[in-house]
Amino acid sequence: MAYQEGLTALADPTRRTIFERVARRPSAVGELARELPVSRPAVSQHLRVLKAARLVTDRSAGSRRIYQLDPEGVGALRDYLDQFWSRALAAYQAAVAEHQEEVS
Amino acid sequence: MSTETTSPAIRKSVVVDAPIERAFSVFTEDIGSWWPPEHHIIEAELAEMVFEPRAGGYVYDRGVDGSECRFARVLAYEPPHRIVFSWDIDLQWKLETDPNKTSEVEVRFVAESPTRTRVELEHRNLERHGEGWPNLRDSVDSPGGWGLTLRRFAERF
Repeated sequence: MAYQEGLTALADPTRRTIFERVARRPSAVGELARELPVSRPAVSQHLRVLKAARLVTDRSAGSRRIYQLDPEGVGALRDYLDQFWSRALAAYQAAVAEHQEEVS
Repeated sequence: MSTETTSPAIRKSVVVDAPIERAFSVFTEDIGSWWPPEHHIIEAELAEMVFEPRAGGYVYDRGVDGSECRFARVLAYEPPHRIVFSWDIDLQWKLETDPNKTSEVEVRFVAESPTRTRVELEHRNLERHGEGWPNLRDSVDSPGGWGLTLRRFAERF
């Protein structure tokens, strides 16, 4: 199950920090290693785990690999809030209509 | 469907049969009249929901015991055209106290006619909620969870 892999992957604090950095800005391994008290090979290893859990994805940019959020993980969040707002706005629309009846 | 991945956002719009001033006031001062009732995060029984009408104010639930739960900071308040508030709620529907992990909601009101108003909502910077996604996937997918609640709601119309 994807979410269980994700939970396991994020249980490690260093990995969580790397994930949060990547969430803020797509980054290369070297950039992450410079910003964190972790060696470059260790960062690479953490990124492999995050990638296997489908939390991050990578792409080539010249000679570098840039890591960014996996749209699938982002999609779950978007779907969740999308449903919330659909529902909230429908209720809002109905509330406005009721107010109109009261004043007219 | 949007394919944007670097700064994920949700965009929604709805048209209401009301002048822009009323559309704005129902959204803000009467927020308690439409906010989905099971999405109050205060622990006490809810007394009222308050939208403080100024930038720097809060949106909060007030409990019957006097407790308050501030779940949004009002970042912009420009009646009757625009509001922006933070979303200080984490993915388990609990208060998020670290502002770096909060997203942001902008609502724009556009008069389509003297009696009709289009309301455009954008919930953005979703990536800041980052680390809760795996749990979220769980709650979205669970058969008795959010999906069912929504279907029940849809059936009322």
